[in-house]
Parts: sequence; structure tokens; C-alpha cells
Amino acid sequence: MTESQPAVSMENISIEFPGVKALDGVSFRMFPGEVHSLLGENGAGKSTLIKALTGVYRIDSGVITLAGEEVSFHSTAEAQAAGVSTVYQEVNLLTNLTVAENIMLGREPRRFGFIDWRATRARAAELLAKLHLDIDPNSRLGSHSLAVQQLVAIARATDIHARVLILDEPTSSLDADEVQELFRIIRELKADGVAILFVSHFLDQVYDISDRLTVLRNGKLVGEYLTDELLRIELVQKMIGKELTVLEDLERKTKQQTVDEHELTPYVRAIGLGRKGSIEPLDLDVYEGEVVGLAGLLGSGRTELARILSGVDRADAGSLEIDGEAKRIRTPRQSIRDRIIYSSENRREEGIVDELTVRDNIVLALQADRGWFRPIPKKRQDELAESYIQALNIRPANPDALLKNLSGGNQQKVLLARWLAIAPRLLILDEPTRGIDVGAKAEIQKLVSNLAENGMSVLYISAELEEVLRLSHRIAVMRDRRMVADIENDDLTSDTLLAIIADGATTEAVA
Amino acid sequence: MTATVVTPSSPIATAAGRARDWLTNPKYGPVIVTAVLLVGMFVVGASRYRGFTNPQVIANLFIDNAYLIVLAVGMTFVILTGGIDLSVGAVLAMSTMIAASLLQAGWPPAIIIPLILVATSLLGLAVGLMIHYFQIQPFIATLAAMFLARGLCYVISKTTISITDPVFIALAQTRIPLAPRLSITPSVILAIGLVIVAVVVLHYSRLGRTVYAIGGSEASGVLMGLPVARTKVLVYVISGFCSGLAGVLYSFYTLSGYALTAIGTELDAIAAVVIGGTLLAGGYGFVLGSVLGVLVLGTIQTLITFDGNLTSWWTRIFIGALLLVFIVLQKVLTARRT
Repeated sequence: MTESQPAVSMENISIEFPGVKALDGVSFRMFPGEVHSLLGENGAGKSTLIKALTGVYRIDSGVITLAGEEVSFHSTAEAQAAGVSTVYQEVNLLTNLTVAENIMLGREPRRFGFIDWRATRARAAELLAKLHLDIDPNSRLGSHSLAVQQLVAIARATDIHARVLILDEPTSSLDADEVQELFRIIRELKADGVAILFVSHFLDQVYDISDRLTVLRNGKLVGEYLTDELLRIELVQKMIGKELTVLEDLERKTKQQTVDEHELTPYVRAIGLGRKGSIEPLDLDVYEGEVVGLAGLLGSGRTELARILSGVDRADAGSLEIDGEAKRIRTPRQSIRDRIIYSSENRREEGIVDELTVRDNIVLALQADRGWFRPIPKKRQDELAESYIQALNIRPANPDALLKNLSGGNQQKVLLARWLAIAPRLLILDEPTRGIDVGAKAEIQKLVSNLAENGMSVLYISAELEEVLRLSHRIAVMRDRRMVADIENDDLTSDTLLAIIADGATTEAVA
Repeated sequence: MTATVVTPSSPIATAAGRARDWLTNPKYGPVIVTAVLLVGMFVVGASRYRGFTNPQVIANLFIDNAYLIVLAVGMTFVILTGGIDLSVGAVLAMSTMIAASLLQAGWPPAIIIPLILVATSLLGLAVGLMIHYFQIQPFIATLAAMFLARGLCYVISKTTISITDPVFIALAQTRIPLAPRLSITPSVILAIGLVIVAVVVLHYSRLGRTVYAIGGSEASGVLMGLPVARTKVLVYVISGFCSGLAGVLYSFYTLSGYALTAIGTELDAIAAVVIGGTLLAGGYGFVLGSVLGVLVLGTIQTLITFDGNLTSWWTRIFIGALLLVFIVLQKVLTARRT
């Protein structure tokens, strides 16, 4: 690893969106002939950093230099012209045009001002051959699989005499063989002196291909490391971070009352439940009054499991028992009838209705459950809203406030109130504390703990390990779309949990 | 293409497979269907009506629809990007009004015609800028332009202004003989010339390829570093220019300017483009397909004229039915392939 002049150097980059500091003084550099991985959980600022480098976003402060020269891109076209090309996660090509056109669009060789199609196709074929991709350049891109489209995107990127190649989650739609094929190509490009930025949430792949790592968390730089010198567990620790707990007592309480009634039938039992392309078949029991924590990195299959349990996605393997009875859940409506409630991590789009009032949001699920022909009397609506506003300490305490004017934490509380109003038996909370302030976080955790005490089952999904450890009686760990552990939370430490998340050690630590 | 990969069991099966591939290809399928339809209509016409096989019938198709071909060319550019231009009929009318009134005022045609083309291109530019930079729906922006242009017609004059200028009359009446008893007008030459230019631009220039790219996916186009903004504005300029040119041709054809002229022509142009196989969502289609579309519309009219027993409103009914069939066909094809 020669510490030569960096191909890219970004110093003290800050980008602010209304109300959020997406990047806060982050520095980042890439060297020619090196693969550099950018790591961090959701919202850490990875994609913002990439978009700053590729000219999609303007930076508010900081300096970007390319091979020692200061640059300031105003569009992706400018960045490409300077040799920075990007392959995005969702293939951003044109399925209506041919493979050759997709590779060469905007750079077609011309003769007398007209596109020279023969030369265009020849050049495309040449690039495809370099990637050992045996497809007809004249075929329509849309007629190929996503994996092939992804490789075509890389062929396009390599033609723009790229000095810097950014691969944003390039492997998410590829199978193992295709990944190896891609890595071979990456190594060839690397040997040609291209600086490659590789973003992936598959840690195995990161360790397989990268020379250097940069970790971001909450828009801030955690550090830059050489891959060989950073253990996986250290990496995960740096990605997730540890926050000092202000809720020690809550933790103690949880531990004291660890449920010991497992001879009973579980409320919900999943047997070999799975869905192709989503999660591998897994078993999971959730008992009454139990909080089961679901841990794992982003993309490990946490949310996918929640969506299958609640009927948002349909399982294609295994079965589900509720109260010992086999049930088929095909739609969220059915799961709600069985009082399995899913509160999405995507609060804005799959949760709140931000144009409606607090009251309307709270009564929404109850009203839907009763059927629209039996409206809830206004008086009852007011009572409900009032009682939940008080019970959950929703601010402002005004049932007529529009939800869009509430803070994230209060929106989350309203969302909880909506589900509590229909008395769930299993409440699946997906990242209920993401993006909300510390005070509201504590309140929501306290609420979860109280609910479980009163007999409700909770499946608690969070990227914050401390939170999961504090609340859960039992913790299931997901890794690469597989459940790798299902353990009692007795004297589990965050370090043990980190080890399982990072290495997937299927140590069945039975209580 | 699957047919080329599958081991050829028999030449017939391979040919059938290839034919099926072509038909279900969203790029060629609808155009092929349109071409077959056009040939079919001619066969029906030739078998039922005397004189239908006269080559002049075909020449007249071009003569009567030269202005519509020009409109359809501009409309093809717009629809390929996934947009729509409702203003073309009104802009055409406005052009005839400008031509007729300025000729009446004694301006020379050599100034008037370029002036019209510049004016309508500028209107297209304004519409394009509105659509791209203010993110206004093309439907609304061009609807506004339509009302504006139609209103301006009345500002110029409420009554018909006839054109007596010798140059215009000469251009209207000149016949260019192609063979004995077969002739076309200068307008046809102009329209065909425009079609050729449009084909070259769409298929042999980066501008043209960007038009297809925007129709495929505007966001991808931006990320691929294509000049999306410029191109998106430019297609409305092209459509404005074509509307102006169509207006000039229309004034040769009618030798008058009238505020109420060509009402609903924008819909004919859209129908021609769609029947010609261009996907309303953008990304697929050919200018030549649009020309076929215009010819189909024209042939329906000719068939009804030859029949003599049907009122001309049957034209509309047939066009409506055809349009429906083609939209459904597009849906089926795109659903199959993507």
C-alpha cells in the first residue's frame, strides 16, 4: 500500500438538509489501485458522501480534490467527464435501448457529426468482451437479467476512462458466482490503477475485496482503517457505536422478570418460515408477555422477517401457528384480525398520515377494524385521543394538531397509540426509536417494557444493540438473511452480541 | 432473442418464433401491426371500390395530410420523451392567421414564413422551459399554450382572411409530376424532407438518442450524464417549429387564415403517433411509424369517401376504435416484456 497521492481527497465535507446535518465535517480519501469500502448503518451518510463526490449534491463546506486538483462538480455529467463514474444500486440504465446504446450513450463515436453505429457496436462489444460478458450488444437491455444489467452498467462505467469507480451496493442483486465474476473485474480494474469505492452491507464481501475501510456513523467520520488491521468485531462496533445508557434500571427490571413459562404454547410460532429472495426458512417462538429482540445489521433480514410475520409479504415456505393453531396470513388485514401488528421502520411512508390530525391518526386502525359503516362516535374519538395523548405524553397535547407538525418522536408515539387502540397481542416494532431524540427514545422503551408486563408480546427490532439488550427477554440474531442465534438475554453483553452479529457464530447459548 | 438461441427444430418453427419475437417486441411490434393494417385497408379498398388502385389515391393521401405528417413528426419527439403537446392544433391555426394577416398587410412571404417558424419555436421554448424548470405537467403547460395560441387567433381577426398572395397561390397550385397522371404538391416534398431529417436526428444524433433515453427513464438519463434538461426543452421547441411549419403548409392548402381552423387537430396528431406505434409513456417509437399512422387515418377517410354511403363522422368512430385497440396492444406488449 503506497501512500502516494490520493486519487480522491475529500476534506471536512459538510452537507446540511433542512433540519438534518447529513454530513458533518467528514474527510475521505481514495488511492489509485486500491479498493476502499465505505461502511455505516442506515442514515450514517454513505450515500450522501457518494452523491457529494458524484456531483448530485452540492457541498456546504469542505474541499474535494481529484488527483491533487480542487474540483467542484455541478452535475453528474461534469463528474463523469473528470473520470468519476458510478454504478448505482438500482441499475440506472435504460431498458428500452440496446446493450450497446446503454454502454455508449452520450459518448458514441461519430463520423461527420452522425453517430457511427458500426464503431459504437464494436466498442461496446470490446468492453463486454473485457468483462467476459457474452451477450449480443444489439439486444434490448430489458431482455437481460438484473445481474447482467448490473455488469452492463459496469461496462459503461469502465469506458468513461474512469480514474475513480464508485460501486454502490453492486452485489445486492447478484448470486455468489456473479459476485465472484464482479470481484474478478474489480481486481482487474484495480490492477489498472483505478481507485474503487465499494459499498456493500455484506461484510464478507467487504473483507474479501477491500484494502481500506472508512466508517461513518450519524453523518460523522468514525475513522479510516486498513482492512487487514481491523477485526470484524471492531468494525461492527464502530459501525453501530455504543451509547451510554440512561436506562440502567429498565434493564435490571427486564432481567428480573425473564419469563419462565416456556412450557406453555407460544402465542406465535413460526416453523420453517421463509420467503425466496427475502429470508431463509427459520423458526421463531414468541410467548405471551415476552419481548423478543431482533438484532442484526442493516439488510440482514430483520425487516423482511417482520413483514412476513405480519402478512405484508407472503411467506412461500413454512407455517405459522397462533395460539397453537395453524393459521395462514396472507395480508396485513388478516394479521391484524389475529392482533399481530406491524409498525414499520418507514414511519413517514408506511406509518403516519401527515395531513391528518393526531386524533384521526389514532383512531384510524380502530375504525378500519370496526368497518367503515360503523363510525366511531365523535365523543369516543375524543376520549381515545385524550387518553393516549396523556398516557404516552404526546406533545403538543392537542388532538387537532396536524401530524406533520409533530416531532419524529411524537409521531412515533401517535403511531403506537394507533396500534394500542386495537389491543394488539403481538406488536412488531421496527426501529421505533430511529431518528428521534433521546427523551422520546426513553419514553418509548419504557412503554414497551410496561406493555410486556401487561401480557403483550413484542418483537423489537433495532440497530441499537444497547436498546435490544435492555428491553428483550430473548434475542434472535439475523445475519445475511438467516437467523443465526436465538438466545436468552441473561447475562448477554453487547460484546457477545456483536460477535454473533459479526461472525454469525451459531453458539446456542441455552439458558 | 430467444429464437436465435433455441436449437432450430425446423425452419418453419424458427421463422414462426422469430415472427412472434418481433411482434411482441415493444419496439417493432406495433409498427408492424400498423403496416399490416395499412396494407389490409388498401386491399379492402381495392377489392370494393373502383379507382382505389389509382396511384393518385396514394399521392392524395400525402397531399391532403402533409400538414398532419409535419405535426406528427413534432409530436413524436415529444411523446418519445414521455410528454404530450396539446398546443399544436392551436399553434397551427395561429400560424395560418399570422400568415394571412401579414400577407394582407403586404409583407413578403420570404419574411413571413421564417417569422412564423421563429415565433412558434419560441412559444415551444417557453412551454419547454415551463415544463422543465417549473416542473409543470406537459398536459397543463401545453394546454395553457393551446388557449393562448387560440386566443391570439381571435386577437388577429374574428373572420376568415383569404390569401391572395401570388407566391402562396403558386405553392398551393403547383403540381410536381412524378409520372403521367401522378403528381404531388411542394408541401409533400417539404413534409417528406422533414421526415427524413427527423429520422436522421432521432437515430444518428446524440440529441435523438437522448430523446429515447428520457422516455426510458429520465432519472437514469441524468445519472448517466446525458443533457436531459436541454433535450427536454428542445423537444417542445421542435414541436413548436413543426406546428409553425404545419401552419404554413395548411395555409397553402386552404389559402386562408381562420381562427376556428384545425380545432382538435392536436388529437389527430396524437392519434397518428400512437397508432404509429409510439408508446405514450415514451421510450419506444419511430417517426416512420407516425407517418404510417397518419396514412392510416387518411386511408380511413378515403375509404369512407369512396363508399359514399357513410357520413364522415364514421372516420372518427373508426379512429376511436383503432386507438383503443392500439393502446390495449401497447399495454399488453409492455406488460409482457418488462
